[in-house]
Amino acid sequence: MSFNRSDLKKTANMTILSIQNISKSFGSIQALEKISFDVDEGEIVVLLGPSGCGKSTLLAVISGLEIPDHGEVRWNGISLATTPPHLREFGLMFQDFALFPHMKVYENVAFGLKMAHNNPEAIDHRVNEMLAVVGLPDFSKRDINTLSGGEQQRIALARALAPRPRLLMLDEPLGSLDRNLRERLVVDLRIILHQMNQTAIYVTHDQEEAFAIADRIILMNSGRIEQIDTPQEIYNKPASIFVARFLEMTNLFPAVITNQDGKQQAITDLGNFSVISKMDGKVNLLIRPDMAKMDDKGPLRIKGIFTGLSFRGSRQRIILEVNHIPLIFELPSFITLPNPGSEITISIDPHSAIQIFPEY
Amino acid sequence: MIEKRHRTITAVLLWLAPICFLLLFYFYPLGSILKLSLARSQQGLFSPFLQALNSPISWRVLGFTLWQAVLSTILTLILGLPGAYLFAHYNFHGKSLLQALTGIPFLMPTLVVAAAFNALLGPNGWLNIGLMQAFKLTSPPVQFANTFTAILVAHVFYNTTIILRMVGDFWSHLDPRLGQAARMLGANRWQAIRWVTLPLLAPAITAAALLVFIFDFTSFGVILILGGPRFATLEVEIYYQTISLFNLPLAAVLSILQLACTLGLTILYTRLTRHLSIPLSLKSRVATQRRLATHRSKLMAGVIIVILLVLLILPLTGLAVRSVTRLEPNRGEQSVTSPGFTLDFYRALEINNNDSIFFAPPTKAIAVSLGYALATTILALVLGFPAALALSQEAASPISHGLDSILMLPLGTSAVTLGLGFIVALDKPPLDIRSSWILVPLAHTLVAFPFVVRNLTPALRSIRPRMRQAAAVLGASPGNVLRYIDIPLMGRSLLAASIFAFTISLGEFGATSLIARPEYPTVPIAIYRLISRPGELNYGQALALSTILMLVAGAGMLIIDKMRIGDIGEF
Repeated sequence: MSFNRSDLKKTANMTILSIQNISKSFGSIQALEKISFDVDEGEIVVLLGPSGCGKSTLLAVISGLEIPDHGEVRWNGISLATTPPHLREFGLMFQDFALFPHMKVYENVAFGLKMAHNNPEAIDHRVNEMLAVVGLPDFSKRDINTLSGGEQQRIALARALAPRPRLLMLDEPLGSLDRNLRERLVVDLRIILHQMNQTAIYVTHDQEEAFAIADRIILMNSGRIEQIDTPQEIYNKPASIFVARFLEMTNLFPAVITNQDGKQQAITDLGNFSVISKMDGKVNLLIRPDMAKMDDKGPLRIKGIFTGLSFRGSRQRIILEVNHIPLIFELPSFITLPNPGSEITISIDPHSAIQIFPEY
Repeated sequence: MIEKRHRTITAVLLWLAPICFLLLFYFYPLGSILKLSLARSQQGLFSPFLQALNSPISWRVLGFTLWQAVLSTILTLILGLPGAYLFAHYNFHGKSLLQALTGIPFLMPTLVVAAAFNALLGPNGWLNIGLMQAFKLTSPPVQFANTFTAILVAHVFYNTTIILRMVGDFWSHLDPRLGQAARMLGANRWQAIRWVTLPLLAPAITAAALLVFIFDFTSFGVILILGGPRFATLEVEIYYQTISLFNLPLAAVLSILQLACTLGLTILYTRLTRHLSIPLSLKSRVATQRRLATHRSKLMAGVIIVILLVLLILPLTGLAVRSVTRLEPNRGEQSVTSPGFTLDFYRALEINNNDSIFFAPPTKAIAVSLGYALATTILALVLGFPAALALSQEAASPISHGLDSILMLPLGTSAVTLGLGFIVALDKPPLDIRSSWILVPLAHTLVAFPFVVRNLTPALRSIRPRMRQAAAVLGASPGNVLRYIDIPLMGRSLLAASIFAFTISLGEFGATSLIARPEYPTVPIAIYRLISRPGELNYGQALALSTILMLVAGAGMLIIDKMRIGDIGEF
């Protein structure tokens, strides 16, 4: 299933949440450093990054569970600095769900509505509605401790959505589930959130999950933002070496770019070849692994020894050693490869497959 | 089938020693004294019961016992729960020291506690001396000794640490996200506590409160010494009826009444502690504790710490300071009291200035106490370990549940009755050990043994079967599994259990006072002898000896605290 992202967005781009210059440290550890971004109404923003990059701390700051050292969180232009968590009308779905073990499914989902002093009929109606939305309509009397991981995840989502939060935050909501379930649920989740026009911030360390659910991705690294873009832009144009590495693009090596007769030439350990670059001198050069062809007719050909293969289903990943530098390329699985140790040639288009980063 | 039979045999073997011990030294003496007591009644076996039930005295005593226990328990909860919250949620400098300090009162002998409160609030206590000096009064303005308040304060002092430890420990492992989830769903701070935290803590709070209630219900020394003659709990009434009035039938009926109440409560208690293992994902303390960062939390912590220090530590400090302070003028000097430092009370401990035939120098009393405590520790461990092992292996069987409750029974039994039972039952064949030194450690073991089991069982349960299997697969024989897996993993719990047994034995007074041979007094008995004699010197000596006992018990508590592992359940 695929979605046209712009169709699903009902409202025009209206900034509703504004994170301004947030810093937070725990002792000597700087967890967040001058974080700023905006979230539009109805948008799903994903905070993506390795564990320990500050994603969960940022969620806690937005929730009001942690107080930032500097900066502020604004909702519709109004600062939330003095608003305690329970009055922010935000929802937070925790990593391991934090369902109340002493309450049944129904009471868990009803909790937020009860705190908002809804009348019993309204609570009853909304709980059943939410259980239907998450696809577990007959679960109200079930004991929390008898639910499977996927069921718990759905109940946690129903509980977070029931009080109609202005903003829903999800902290690695699928982290503890197995891969198949995760892939299915992430699609369901996107449909549910967009149907309700729910503004959401979704935290994950899994790039595939992020690509599948995000309208926009904020890629974080040790408390700082590396890149903010749509999934397509992030994948096609990683803004830094960190982003490229995080997306498993590992063919990175130093190069020197020189001008010869108006043409730019990259001098590398692999050999020299012509490139188009805005920079001169010492740079880092990325060869994307996913745009290679197994032929010797392309504009830039790389010859090397085929030393290793890992099969990934529809794609296969090969290791090609050029001048003792291992390069990784992805090829379609239908291509038959020679025996390891043989010499092969692949070709790439330098315009799309080569990207140049400053040398720091 | 073979497997099952094998397990039954193992369970029987493990239970053999503990059950034999309880039969011989608990049920047999208890049965003997009750039988003897009731046989003395001239109007048949049931008439003492009818008499007791018709007498307004027994109803009044029962009423007072329940009333003071309920009130003491509520006050203990009010003081203990905020402290438990502080210990569970925050890390701060000196926390472990404070935790150890708050544990000391629990291990203090009742006599020392009474002496401590007297040193602080009694007629010759610091408060009254200070007020008299400040306002030039001739009589002490604050009346504390022999009041109901004194009883309540002493009970709170004694038992707050149970709440701090049992509830605080459970709370510190509770996932903080559950509370945060409630906050995010619109609950304010109090609503989150009301609807989420309290229900989850309820089993721990109830279990702790019940234990406190049992201790308050069977309270003896506190009532006798701080409450004075106007107040009598069942336990004190049993003592009076036995020692002063020699009305054994009534004493027996009251004992049975008390035993029935505590049996009901202990059964309730063991049921509730089992619910402590409700399916909760418990977090390590690292994940649940934070530093005192905001002004609000610092203020709250400050207030709680000051209250705990004033209530729990000040009396003990007052006691120690008073034991090195001279208040009476020296002979021949003017009668102006000017407090001064003195070690006279400690020096006088060695002198038999009352020409008592049973005089024992404190070094001897200390040696006797230490010897008894050592014997108690060994006995309690030898008996407690197999019982804990059986309980941890057969956690779900109804037999385990029943035996678990029975193990707690000695805690709720009148020490006076038990002491008398020892005297009556164990001085004739088949068991003639009346004059043997072993009698005292046996009585102490009855009280220490439940604590040992309480400490070891959770530690043994926390050893996952997988670890034993892994060791076995790697070639370890059952003996080696015990040696290299079980004992190292529970080493700290073993040490904690030993120290509990040791300090309980050091402080036991009720039963010891009846069965100890007069020429071999323990420290609490030596204190009692000194405190019941008039005069500043005797009083000072009692305080000096109490201080020594307090320091020993305090050192024990500090060691226990250093040895704590992240186990759920403390008692």
